[in-house]
Amino acid sequence: MRDVLRVAWAIAAKDVRIEMRTRTALLSSVVFAILVLAILYVARDPTAVSALEIAPAALWVTFSFAGLINLNRAFAIERENDAMSGILMTFPNITGIFLGKLAANLIFVGTIQLVAFPLFVLFYDVPVLTNLPLLAVVTVLATIGMVSVGTLLSSIVVQTRFAELMLPVLLLPFMVPPVVGAVQLTSRILANRPLSELMGGFKLLAAFDLVFVVMPILIFSATFDR
Amino acid sequence: MTDRTNALRLLSRGQILTVIGLIGFGFLIVRAMAFTPLEVRQGAAQKIMYVHVPSAWAAGVAIMLTGLFSAAYLWLRDERADRAAAASAEVGILFGTVMLGTGPFWAKPVWGAWWVWDARLTSTLFLYLLFVGYLILRDSTEDRGMRARFSAVVGLMGLVLVPFVHLTVYMFRTQHPEPVVLKPEGVTMPGSMLATLLVGVVVFTVLYFGFVMQRYGLTVLDDLRQEEMYDAA
Repeated sequence: MRDVLRVAWAIAAKDVRIEMRTRTALLSSVVFAILVLAILYVARDPTAVSALEIAPAALWVTFSFAGLINLNRAFAIERENDAMSGILMTFPNITGIFLGKLAANLIFVGTIQLVAFPLFVLFYDVPVLTNLPLLAVVTVLATIGMVSVGTLLSSIVVQTRFAELMLPVLLLPFMVPPVVGAVQLTSRILANRPLSELMGGFKLLAAFDLVFVVMPILIFSATFDR
Repeated sequence: MTDRTNALRLLSRGQILTVIGLIGFGFLIVRAMAFTPLEVRQGAAQKIMYVHVPSAWAAGVAIMLTGLFSAAYLWLRDERADRAAAASAEVGILFGTVMLGTGPFWAKPVWGAWWVWDARLTSTLFLYLLFVGYLILRDSTEDRGMRARFSAVVGLMGLVLVPFVHLTVYMFRTQHPEPVVLKPEGVTMPGSMLATLLVGVVVFTVLYFGFVMQRYGLTVLDDLRQEEMYDAA
């Protein structure tokens, strides 16, 4: 167990360090997220749909698209000079490698969300202050599951042709449960519905997280030829 | 040589099964059109059920077997499981297309719209697209071992995703008819209609296995040819 954490820490620290030196991926994802928020706002007919009505959907479309383009690079950076082989030779602990990649991706996606969320509040003028803790729980629960599946699939698609195109095709169906669940929960929270109406959604997200974090850990080794 | 003989034998057996299935399909159409009563409220449009429901059944079987064969591949690393999963997925897409193609023609006269964002339609569409993605993934991977491992991962994950997508979209309103055959209270459908539907299910199951056997045989032959080309080079 300690070995797993040690490897995970090394991998995550490496990925974060690489990203901090250039900040290209993170910056472009943040800009991308802001653009999506703005486009979704201006693309609606203001006389027919109020901003508050589409706010939950806009938030989660933004979060999932920004997450998607960020996940593409998780293993793309290991393709150069066949760095993945080096990692596999250095760390025989596959579970640790997966958890490290997952942690790094969660940090990146979480950072994008932290930047995009205040802008979302500003653009869509949503009353969030009292609901902040609940919204944070929804975001964490929905993000873990989809980033975990995304990490696993990212490791596959970088080894195929059309890598950048493959990831959305494969990952978006897996995003349906967390995103739909998160949108429903977000709109109920923003409407100040009682906690009892939220429990079903929370359970769904938690179950999704449990299954789709454990499964990728178990089958991650199948994505490499050892 | 024995691999080739086996593959050819499987291929011809699949062809025989498919011919039997096609004859059964003709029988199904005749029986559905001429010897099964009209549904009182839905009229002739309801006849589509005898193709729509069996193809949904075959597509469901296909998805499930693809997932199970994928799990088997990850466990045993046996090439046969990979070929079976791929064949099943491809045939599943075919039946899925029939299901999604026939549904709107039943929906338009009965619901008044070609497509509705009902729970079952929505989840079926997403899962259908995932398995199209599965086939694209296979196409975009050259190396056989790699292709087998990657598609097994996606196939197994897809199987696990099914209940989640289903649960999620049930948070929406549902318009699709509730089951009238497989439900706890028992069957609520006239005997003659049920008989025709069951004929359809049997016919489509036979067709499924006929197609999968042919596809499997063809894949083996294709792999053998590529090995020969590789050896010759």
